[in-house]
Amino acid sequence: MTQNEWVLLLMIASSLVPGLMIFSLSEERVRLRTTLNVGGAVLKTGLVIWMLLGVYRQQTFELRLQLLPGLELALQADALSLLFVALSTALWLVTTIYAIGYLEGSPNRSRFFGFFSLCVTATVGVAMAGNLITFVLFYELLTLATYPLVVHRGTEAARRAGQTYLTYTIAGGALLLLGTVWLYTLTGTLEFIPRGFVASLGDEHHSALIMIFVLLIAGLGVKAALVPLHGWLPQAMVAPAPVSALLHAVAVVKAGAFGIVRVVYDVFGVEFAAELGVMQPLAWLASFTIIYGSLRALLQDDLKRRLAFSTVSQVSYIALGVAIAGPIATIGGVVHLVHQGLMKITLFFCAGNLAETLGIHKVSEMNGAGRRMPWTMAAFTIGAFGMIGLPPVAGFVSKWYLGLGALEAHQDWVLFVLVGSTLLNAAYFLPILHVAWFREAPESWPEERDYGRKETAWALLLPPLVTAAMALAAGLLAFAPFSPLEWAKVISPREFYQP
Amino acid sequence: MNAAVLYALVGVGLYSLGLYALIVHAHLVRKILAINVMGSGVFLVLVALARRGGEAGTDAVPQAMVITGIVVAVSATALALILVVKLAAETGYATLSGNRQE
Amino acid sequence: MPAGSAVTGVSWGALLVLLPLTGAMVCFLWTRAARILGLSTVIAVCLAVAGLGWQLLQEGVYHHAAGGWGAPLGIELYADGLSLLMLIATAAVALAVSIYSTGYFKRARAIRFWPLWLILLAALNALFLSADIFNLYVTLELVGLAAAALTALGGGAAALRGAMRYLLASLLGSLSYLLGVALLYHSFGSVDIAMLAARMESSPTVWAALGLMSAGLIMKTALYPLHFWLPPAHSSAPAPVSAVLSGLVVKASFYLLLRLWLELFGSVSEGIDNMLGLLGSVAVLWGSVQALRQTRLKLLVAYSTVAQLGYLFLAFPLAASAMTAWNAAAYLVISHALAKAAMFLAAGNLMHFAGHDRIADLDRMVQRLPLTVFAFALAGVSIMGLPPSGGFIGKWLLLEAALTQGRWDLVAVVILGGLLAAGYVFKVLGSAFTQAAVPQRARRVPASMEWPALLLACAAIVLGLVTLPVFSLVTIGDAFGVDEVVP
Repeated sequence: MTQNEWVLLLMIASSLVPGLMIFSLSEERVRLRTTLNVGGAVLKTGLVIWMLLGVYRQQTFELRLQLLPGLELALQADALSLLFVALSTALWLVTTIYAIGYLEGSPNRSRFFGFFSLCVTATVGVAMAGNLITFVLFYELLTLATYPLVVHRGTEAARRAGQTYLTYTIAGGALLLLGTVWLYTLTGTLEFIPRGFVASLGDEHHSALIMIFVLLIAGLGVKAALVPLHGWLPQAMVAPAPVSALLHAVAVVKAGAFGIVRVVYDVFGVEFAAELGVMQPLAWLASFTIIYGSLRALLQDDLKRRLAFSTVSQVSYIALGVAIAGPIATIGGVVHLVHQGLMKITLFFCAGNLAETLGIHKVSEMNGAGRRMPWTMAAFTIGAFGMIGLPPVAGFVSKWYLGLGALEAHQDWVLFVLVGSTLLNAAYFLPILHVAWFREAPESWPEERDYGRKETAWALLLPPLVTAAMALAAGLLAFAPFSPLEWAKVISPREFYQP
Repeated sequence: MNAAVLYALVGVGLYSLGLYALIVHAHLVRKILAINVMGSGVFLVLVALARRGGEAGTDAVPQAMVITGIVVAVSATALALILVVKLAAETGYATLSGNRQE
Repeated sequence: MPAGSAVTGVSWGALLVLLPLTGAMVCFLWTRAARILGLSTVIAVCLAVAGLGWQLLQEGVYHHAAGGWGAPLGIELYADGLSLLMLIATAAVALAVSIYSTGYFKRARAIRFWPLWLILLAALNALFLSADIFNLYVTLELVGLAAAALTALGGGAAALRGAMRYLLASLLGSLSYLLGVALLYHSFGSVDIAMLAARMESSPTVWAALGLMSAGLIMKTALYPLHFWLPPAHSSAPAPVSAVLSGLVVKASFYLLLRLWLELFGSVSEGIDNMLGLLGSVAVLWGSVQALRQTRLKLLVAYSTVAQLGYLFLAFPLAASAMTAWNAAAYLVISHALAKAAMFLAAGNLMHFAGHDRIADLDRMVQRLPLTVFAFALAGVSIMGLPPSGGFIGKWLLLEAALTQGRWDLVAVVILGGLLAAGYVFKVLGSAFTQAAVPQRARRVPASMEWPALLLACAAIVLGLVTLPVFSLVTIGDAFGVDEVVP
């Protein structure tokens, strides 16, 4: 095996092996467990930097294993996979630290962190999949690894949420599998290549290809929470806060959105997909999801549920950017994959802090929270501004490119969607900020815990500050080398035929 | 119609009769008897069809098969009977449903 | 027995039958050492399978005339890639079940268990090694008798009733088969499969034989609607016995059906393949729905077997894509053997621990028996057909064959079956996370019972990653009658 093949293998192993080892640890071995967790995360981060530099220098990373005659499992690292890998690895590191603080003293931590690591393994596999079958494999693994996290608390509500989650994702997985096998019987290959591999099929297959597209997008849309397949996401909010962060920002939702990007660009090819006439409906569906999610968010009093519907809305920006089918909109969609992750994870960390420290679960309980926990609420504010799309936070960059891309592709109606969504985002985030900063604090909080002079434990406070800073940096330094935006600009041209 | 075909048809008849009895009777001993009747029918078919061509005498292979088959049938019957005895001792009924003693 | 210095000189096939048979006698006579003797015999059988595999890889198809008397008069042993595959699966399950049984059966019952189990093993091995249809009848009968006796081992009314029903169904199936054998012998004057294949031609007698033999074997394989005997028998037997019954015994009759189909009837049976496919489809859907409705763990797993057996029959109407469809069937057979055995062993552990098998009252089993629940979950992955697992490969191949031939009905069955399977597997796993209202007696489960289940389940998963060796194994002797060689 060459050095680069080892790197890919280590990428998988650096979370898989600690995960399996953690399962066998007893509950009291806190220090060893933390070492394994953080060690794996740091090792993975190092590997990602190595790969980033390698891909920047045009090296190829590829690892193959024969699965069936004529069908291989393939891991690879191209610019697009690295974008997602870098995001999930960095966020895994901070989420791990957060989870260690959040779950301190609670039962079954070995099980939790074991599945947590498996979950990231699956996400990295999804990101580095070199063909559709490998993608499907890790995508299903992700479903299985997240289920125990959703039902972690073992309450009746958690069990029901887990059941809903499974119903949606297993059914979605079945559609994805069906689409994949069907595609394979038509083309005999499933390898991801820039600009796709199905365009060469004759006209007589076009109706079949449209069906396959629908199956694949439906299968992926479940995890990406496209309306009407989003029902599981708000319910899954019963899980502990680090799990919500993982579901919304790092792994599950992102895997779905990333899958849509892959299928459109590297299976069908965006121009061929537009020719088939499937891009326009996808754009409408994404737009509808954006507006619908925002409207529902407006009506929620429960903070985590409001954030959940906000995710439904925001993730569809990625699908929208893809569906506009122009090079600039592509940049906007792809870069939002990273930006949304950074901002949304900040918000969930903050919501978790409020719940852990003050017992706040509802927006209506947040009066004066900013005075009691200024650092947490500062991070929350940055995240919320990003979601609304105020410069200079990262969210602005995404929306700017989406808007420009829509104009370039002569899809002016998208601007209305963007403006409408921005207004709605403001309508559900600004009141929170208003009450938190400008209202008087109540006499007593619902369930306060004392952390001495600090506002909360450092393991809970540090992660949101770091991710908020990253979200800010991604906006401020958007044109610096290796920024998400610059990276997205590398990806986009590969997917279009150069005139 | 020669004798061999006649015997074979009788064998098939016994087989069908046994099958019918196996299905309609609830009492387990009757069911076991039915299985044995079916078995005898099959053996009859085997032996009857062994008379091929006439002059060359009988074919020894089916006879060997029947002997093996009888051994199997005896062991099967023994096992079935002991199960019935145990079941009757346990439940007081020699039927599968356990609510009707014929 | 011809002794040779090289590995290939030994007649491993004959050993595979003789070893467990002798072991059974010795266990029966020397009861005090039954456990250790039984386990050593099974280990020896595993080694013999390895030897046979080596021999097959070196020299191709294996023939052995027992006692120097070859066909048509004597008994001839025969093994090709497909037989070897079944023997390997049998050995793997047998080893796990035997280790499990050392912990499961206490003295009095252990004495009865080991001889019967070794006889069953000998009969299974003999079945996979037989090449004439009458010998196959004898081995089939032996398998049925030993299995019925093992089912009754638990004692109690439910077990006795289950065993009785099983025995009657099994005898009925064998007699139908034997009548078919008589008709075939009458038509062609031989019982050797190869000779019959050479002389095969369509006639009313052959059709009658085909119907009788297939019906008998379908009965023994518990294809819907002839499955009625399976759930009571498999759910009331002791856990290791259920594992063997669901994992291996029903596969033996399916293997036989597959053999007959591939070599004798495939050419003369238009229309029946669709009939089998239809019954298989109904079995998949009906069995899964029944499994979903059960409140008892072992019944759930037993109905899951009914459903999974249905998948095997979906290969028949797809036989036009021979390589894909038959490989799918072979893959499903062995992965189900491993996964379902693991599942029954895990269910046995849960029952042993909690003293009951009510699914809703599995109190926080994930914390209390993590290895067992993990084994159940991994086996469930293969049963659901999620990647990477043997079950996934089987399902992928089935889907591929069905889509290539435009059989959307079968595609729908495979997909729906998978979803329903997910439903019943997670019904169990979901309950294992929550706290139950009823306190449980919590009896310790020894490691010798937890690890075999887990290792079997892992084997079912790993099977999904080693397809090429398996496929190349099956091509030895070309059982599927396809000339194309796997690249």
